This record gives sequence, C-alpha cells and structure tokens, in this order.
Amino acid sequence: MTALLDLASVSVSIGSAPLLDSISLRVDRGQIVGLVGESGSGKSLTAMAAMGLLPLIGGRVTGGNVRFDGQDMALMTDTQRRVLRGRRIGFVTQNPMTALDPVQRIGEQVDVVSRLHLGLPQAAARVRTLDLLTQLRIPDAASVAEAWPHQLSGGMKQRIVIAMALAGEPDLIIADEPTTALDVTVQAQIIQILGALVRDRGLALLLITHDMGVVAQVCDRVAVLYAGRLAEEGPVSDIFAAPAHPYTSALIGCIPQDGMAQGSLRGIPGAVPSALAMPPGCRFHPRCERASDLCRTVVPAPESCGQGTVACHHAGVIA
Amino acid sequence: MTAPLIRIEHLTRQFQSGGGFLSRPRSMLAVRDVSLGIARGEAVGVVGESGCGKSTLARLVLRLIEPTSGRVSFDGTDLATLSATALRRMRRRMAMVFQDPYSSLDPRHTLTQVLAEPFQVQRQPLPPGTIAALLAEVGLPEGLADSHPQQLSGGQRQRVGIARALALRPDFLVLDEPTASLDVSIQAQIIALLADLRGRLGLTCLFISHDLGLVRYFCDRIVVMYLGAVVEVLPDPAAAPRHPYTHALMDARFAPDPAQRKRLAPLSGEIPSPFALPAGCAFAARCPHATDLCRRESPRLSDDPAHPVACFHPL
Ligand SMILES: Nc1ncnc2c1ncn2[C@@H]1O[C@H](COP(=O)(O)OP(=O)(O)OP(=O)(O)O)[C@@H](O)[C@H]1O
Ligand code: SF4
Ligand code: SF4
Ligand SMILES: [Mg+2]
Repeated sequence: MTALLDLASVSVSIGSAPLLDSISLRVDRGQIVGLVGESGSGKSLTAMAAMGLLPLIGGRVTGGNVRFDGQDMALMTDTQRRVLRGRRIGFVTQNPMTALDPVQRIGEQVDVVSRLHLGLPQAAARVRTLDLLTQLRIPDAASVAEAWPHQLSGGMKQRIVIAMALAGEPDLIIADEPTTALDVTVQAQIIQILGALVRDRGLALLLITHDMGVVAQVCDRVAVLYAGRLAEEGPVSDIFAAPAHPYTSALIGCIPQDGMAQGSLRGIPGAVPSALAMPPGCRFHPRCERASDLCRTVVPAPESCGQGTVACHHAGVIA
Repeated sequence: MTAPLIRIEHLTRQFQSGGGFLSRPRSMLAVRDVSLGIARGEAVGVVGESGCGKSTLARLVLRLIEPTSGRVSFDGTDLATLSATALRRMRRRMAMVFQDPYSSLDPRHTLTQVLAEPFQVQRQPLPPGTIAALLAEVGLPEGLADSHPQQLSGGQRQRVGIARALALRPDFLVLDEPTASLDVSIQAQIIALLADLRGRLGLTCLFISHDLGLVRYFCDRIVVMYLGAVVEVLPDPAAAPRHPYTHALMDARFAPDPAQRKRLAPLSGEIPSPFALPAGCAFAARCPHATDLCRRESPRLSDDPAHPVACFHPL
C-alpha cells in the first residue's frame, strides 16, 4: 500500500549547512507517528520538508524525495502544494497565537477553512465549526465562537487551532510540539483529545514532541532523530520495551519515574553537536557509552531490526 | 525536634496591575497566607502550574521582594528586623539558581568574573584557587575560565549559575525551575549534579518546578500550590495525593511506557483569573468532586501535621 506521507532518504540544507541527512519516514492512513529528539535534532525541519514549506525558511531538499499519497511533492506546482497543505494536510503549531488572527472572531477563523477547502456555504460552515468545537470539548461552543482570541486561555486557543486543522477534513495532521506552551494538566488533555479525534476519524497524525511520555501514551510508531539523522524507527511497543539504539534508551532513561532511586538519574553526557561541527562517523559517538573505533570513523547505515529500522554499529547490545 | 532553618509564617504578597488612564488598578494575591518550615538539610519542592506564585514565593523567602504581610525567619532571625548591612551579611548563607541561564549571567563578563562577583558583593577576599575549584565542582573544565557565557551551551551555562550560587558556601539554596529551559538529557545531567552537591555540601533546598516527576525525584517533601495558596503538603515523594488538584497533576504525567496508557478524567472548567477569584475553593470550577459547600466556603489547610490538605472532600 502506498504510504500517505513518505519521506525517502530526504536530505535538507539551509544555505551551505547540511541539516538533515537521509531521513526516511512514512506515515500510513490511520496511524499516529511520533517524531522525537532534542532541540536542534531536525524535528521541525522534517515537518517543513513534509509540507513543502522549506523555501519559506530558505531551505531546500538536496537529496531523496517527499511523496504525499504517491505524488512527488517536488514535481507539483506551488499552487498544487498550497492546495494540498490546506485541503489534505492540517498543521498545528507550537504557539497558537501565531496561528490565530487577533482581530477576527474565533468562529469566523474556523468557518473560513471549511468554506475555502470544502466549498461549504457560511451557514453550513458554522454548523461544522460548532460541531468541531464541541468535539474538542470546548464548553459553550456558541459563545466561544463569538469571542476574540485574546479572551481565551492558552489551552482553549490551542484547541481552536486544532479545530482549524481539522476543519478542512485533511487526511494528515502534522502537529509540531502542540502542547509545549501549555500547563501540564491542559497538555495532557489536549494530547488525549487530539489522539482520540484522529483515531475516530481514521486520520493520520505526525506528532512532533520532545516528550517520550507523550509518545508512549498516544503513538503507534516513533522515529528518533539525533543531530539531523534518524537513529531508530519502529513500533512504539517494541521500542519502549527494548530500544535497540543507545540514544533511544538514554532518552527514555532521562525521564524521572516513580520510585526511581536517588542517584539513578544520570542524563546523557555532553551536548548535541552544532550543525557546523558534526563529529565524524556516528554523530552520537562522543556521548555514547558503547562507542568503538568503528563508530568514530564509519557512519552506521540504517538496517532493519524487527519491524523497524536502526542505525547503529552495536544495536541492541547491552554495554 | 530542632528548629527549622527557614520558617515561613502567613506569607502574603499582593500585586497591582493596570491602573492607567480610564482603568482602575486591579489587585491580586500572588501568594496567599503561606506557612512552611524547612529543616536543615531538607529539600522541599514547590509544584504548581504557571502563575500559581512559585517564583513569587521564592523571591519572598530570599527577601528579594517585600511581603505584604507575614514573615520569613532564617536560622531564628526574622529577616524584616535586619538592617541593610545585616541582611547583606545574612545573604551569604542563601543563594538562588534561576530558570534562565541566558539572562541571569552578564554576557560581558568572563566566567572568572562571574564567579568572583559574589565575593565582591560580600566584600570578602577571593581565596586563591577558588575559581578552578568551583568550575571543577560543577563539572566544567578549568580551560573555560576566560570564556564568556554566550560561548557556552545551555547546560554549561546552568552549571555556571550553580557554581556562582555555591561560591560563598551557602546553607540554603533556592532553585527556581533550574532545568526548565534545557533538553531532557541535559536536565537529567543537571539534576544529577544538584543531587550530588546537595548530599556532599549538606544543602537545605527549596526546589521549584512545574514538573511533579522532577520534584518527586529530588525532594523529601512537596508543597502543591494553586492560585497563590498551598493546597497540599505531601509528606514524602511517594505519598498518595489527597487533594483533587494534586491528583490531577499526577494523572497528567504520561509514563514512558506504552503498557501504561490511561484515559484521563477530564478537568472541565477553566483556571479562574487571579484578579477575580471565585468565592469558595479556587479549584471548584475544575474539580470533579466539588459540592455546594466548596463553591460557598474556602477550605483551609488542615492542621494535620502529617499530611496537610486544603479540601472539604479529600481523596
Ligand atoms: N512584579 C509583578 N507585578 C505584578 N504581578 C506580578 C508580578 N510578579 C508576579 N506577578 C503575578 O503573580 C502571579 C504569580 O506569579 P509567579 O511568577 O510567582 O508564578 P509562577 O508560579 O512562578 O509561574 P511560572 O510557572 O510561570 O514561573 C502571576 O499571576 C503573575 O502575573
Ligand atoms: S554507532 Fe556506535 S556510537 Fe553510534 S550509537 Fe551505535 S554504538 Fe553508539
Ligand atoms: S474543596 Fe471541594 S472543590 Fe475544592 S478541591 Fe476539595 S472537593 Fe474540590
Ligand atoms: Mg516562575
């Protein structure tokens, strides 16, 4: 079956800096895929590449290709890509304020999406808007629709942005750290609502997050990025039970868990390298406790491992 | 029982906002009647969501701002009774690590200057070898002594912030979200360093965070705040929550284990504005257990010294 979103060995540069190196990732219909990694690992860049938005930030694809529902995005016209983004891909950003127009009422901003992309008349669009707001568990949807963005809390605003992403009946939603700016109790609820809505409608979701807890809670598969390369990809159940890549297991070990003994939290030594000074061989080697001479010189190629892929010379070996 | 190192009694701080042309100033209580003792060597955590008054409490405790009412005593001395000179001298014994290692370090200074500054402020001589020892203590190479903060990574900068706080060998350390701006891998490094230093130097700590998981890992006792007030004090990190808000905070944490997926009981209502707190319990609008009593009267923190909770219907 053709994947809904298929990134095949995609490399991306901004100016002369190579930032993504041969990333492969697929999202199937009805699937929730998590994309994790520390800041600077290339999560947002991967999302921009998937939406054909790299030119906005001065970036370009230098290798591989991005296909949406079998179509190569590089071969589409700008207009085709724009229609694709509004109609078939919904986007949820980290900061809801950048996605909302401060001088337009909430309801109108959601209405316009289904008027534009589904060709609904205003009255039908409003019915749809109210229905969406209710499904997002917004109390008193009718009066929220009449409100201005500044009158709503951060969590409420983010739900409106999710409603806008859903309003065009897309096949895929890309959500980039959709809850980072929100309070913990609100975060948990929004993740849960988003996950449930996507499942109920059989949509696909690419969820970018730095939170392994969120991935474990809602995702089917997860892709772990490190310094612009894919470290590991596979089913969530396998990866959390037995991470094959040392970076994945170290990331999971960074989360303080209930009953953890004092002194057992260690973190990962060192820091993510800068794009201008990438270490040779495996980019994780200066921080990796399994690193060998091979790792310091030869880039590990992605290899299949169970139902996933892992790029490590010593995958799965417990040091 | 020995007297606590820090004694906080009925601490309250009001803030005004607005009050420009045509608008009346509005006032709110950022910290409402907080009382708490911290024993020598103890690490007390403060958790709660954004705006609940955690940072205001921290600044009040170090007397970086004045309380509207109530008091703070350090080692038996009421800080309000001290002259400016005496307060400065007392400050040697207390230090703070800030959330943002970017804005809390002067970019024009070298690390040597940053770490020498506390000695200058306290008009104390800088013992030879101190800078190198401080850098080593927080795991930074001595070679960085002449660098400037902006040449460092976020994690290294926070190590400098910790070294500066420890320079005068304080008894009491306030940590205000010390890892909130860092990646998880670096956060875990910093927490490990702090836990190690705390043990070695016998520090008394007030650890502020919105992350209950971190607080439970680092602290002996946990204070939960909601809209300026203490709603519960967990006597140990493993204690089961009795306040519905604490319960919601715990429920909101997703374990990194797909076998432990859960369905959350949704919190319905909105967080009320601190400028217009409702009558009754401040959590009532979001609480699944709220009754008419909760909406009418405000629950007080129980006197139960083992596990204080401010709720009419504790779990
Ligand atoms: N100087 C000030 N003037 C007016 N209001 C203030 C001032 N400082 C804090 N506040 C208000 O007091 C309340 C508590 O703020 P505080 O910074 O203590 O919260 P916090 O719990 O530290 O939040 P966060 O998790 O976002 O750091 C907030 O509503 C805040 O807007
Ligand atoms: S390839 Fe080597 S350095 Fe890289 S993650 Fe695997 S063991 Fe570590
Ligand atoms: S007092 Fe009532 S409303 Fe407040 S937390 Fe307890 S049960 Fe809920
Ligand atoms: Mg704060």
